[in-house]
Amino acid sequence: MNWLSDIWWLPALLSGVLLAAITGPLGSFVVWRRMAFFGDTLAHGALLGITLGIIADLEPVLALMFSSVTLAILLYPLQRTSALSADTLLGIVSHSMLAIGLVTLSLTDSVRVDLMGYLFGDLLAVDYTDVLWVTAIGVVCGGLMLANWRGLVATTVSQELASIDGYPVKRLNLMLVIMLALTVALAMKIVGILLVSALLIIPPAAARALARTPEQMALMASGLGILAVVAGIAASFQWDTPTGPSVVVAATSMFVLSLVVKRR
Amino acid sequence: MKSDVLITARHLCLGRQHKQVLDDVSLQVHSGQIITLIGPNGCGKSTLLKVLLGLEQTDSGTVTKKAGLRIGYMPQSLTLEPRLPLTVDGFLKLARGARQPQIDMWLERLEITAIRKQDIQALSGGEWQRVLLARALLIQPDILMLDEPVQGVDVQGQMALYRLIPQLRDELGCAVLMVSHDLHLVMAATDEVICMNGHICCSGHPDTVTLDPAYQRLFGQPLAHYTHHHDHQHCLDGHIEPAQHTE
Repeated sequence: MNWLSDIWWLPALLSGVLLAAITGPLGSFVVWRRMAFFGDTLAHGALLGITLGIIADLEPVLALMFSSVTLAILLYPLQRTSALSADTLLGIVSHSMLAIGLVTLSLTDSVRVDLMGYLFGDLLAVDYTDVLWVTAIGVVCGGLMLANWRGLVATTVSQELASIDGYPVKRLNLMLVIMLALTVALAMKIVGILLVSALLIIPPAAARALARTPEQMALMASGLGILAVVAGIAASFQWDTPTGPSVVVAATSMFVLSLVVKRR
Repeated sequence: MKSDVLITARHLCLGRQHKQVLDDVSLQVHSGQIITLIGPNGCGKSTLLKVLLGLEQTDSGTVTKKAGLRIGYMPQSLTLEPRLPLTVDGFLKLARGARQPQIDMWLERLEITAIRKQDIQALSGGEWQRVLLARALLIQPDILMLDEPVQGVDVQGQMALYRLIPQLRDELGCAVLMVSHDLHLVMAATDEVICMNGHICCSGHPDTVTLDPAYQRLFGQPLAHYTHHHDHQHCLDGHIEPAQHTE
């Protein structure tokens, strides 16, 4: 297995690429439904999830996914209430979760935790177990989105019309929120808590300028996301820059480029 | 045309924040009938439609629908997300059970085939209303529910749409229940008018409703569409002269 340790960056690259493939369509829904803040809140809550996982001595990935999904289900009803109050409330929850997570983490001094890694992503920390997790969740989310694509888009355009059409609107909304929670939990290790929503939002935003249909936008977002991950990891490898920010910088450059293309 | 009862609503009440939005509203829709709900803003017209559609719950009262009733709904407005790219064709395909031949047919019938590849953001008010109408018609509805169908449409287009509605009723044999406040435009195209202000003030054929005191209290005296015999005339200095009188 010597050759495997030589390409130590492979798990990071693989899980990054797989992750970007899911965040393409999922992030498109986040953009269309204006759930960016919601995704942010989930990511911030993830730190508390990790801490609680450490205290309870759970597998970190499981602890993360469990806490993220729980938080998503708890916060899900907020989306229905009026925009302003939901915004404020999400802001409060989001930042207090991050703060409580940081405080709790500093109190659990029995375990050394790489805080920077959690906040900004850590290439070296990604292993083949993570690749398996991302693959599993990616297949489940991808399959669910593919099977329910028309309903998900119809619900995004108008909940009212979709519900009159007989689409299972509530179930679709909940499904989307849970998929988002799982993806945010997985994305954390690669791009870090503070940059999860960037990976969700920037590639679809860049794809918007080039797409004419929702399907095109979702696929292009996947493509651009994968490109950003590859470029970001390569840059991180080459110049020893932090992985998460490098990925986001790559994605942002594409977004700026897409604005130029649109102008043309 | 045989006339079944499609929807029966009995004694609907809905209170919201110290305001009785619906106050003991009952109505019945028969197939082939065009009913127009009119009333001032906030009188509960749109809410009533949403209750009948099952989108909102009432405090009391019942809504009974014929088994398997297909409802085509055209909303008052639809906020479009600019970040979601969608062509007219793509938008119509999202309707559950929509099939391409149906879409082609309705695009043709509503004379909007030319814009099918356009982004829905780029449509004019009139085009967008027709696309929404096409979406409501796609499922071959037994009843069409239209919430202010001519919003954002120029006067020419408004008249065209109101001419279209009775034609569609005849072609599909469906009932139409629409909300409007363009009184004079609606009157010609409707069988029954229900005048609402929380409760149902009055209802009946357009000609009789406009003479009803309850209607006149809400909307004032009828203007252009109401003709009456002049028994006097107004002189330039403001005093009233009997018409027959000659000086």
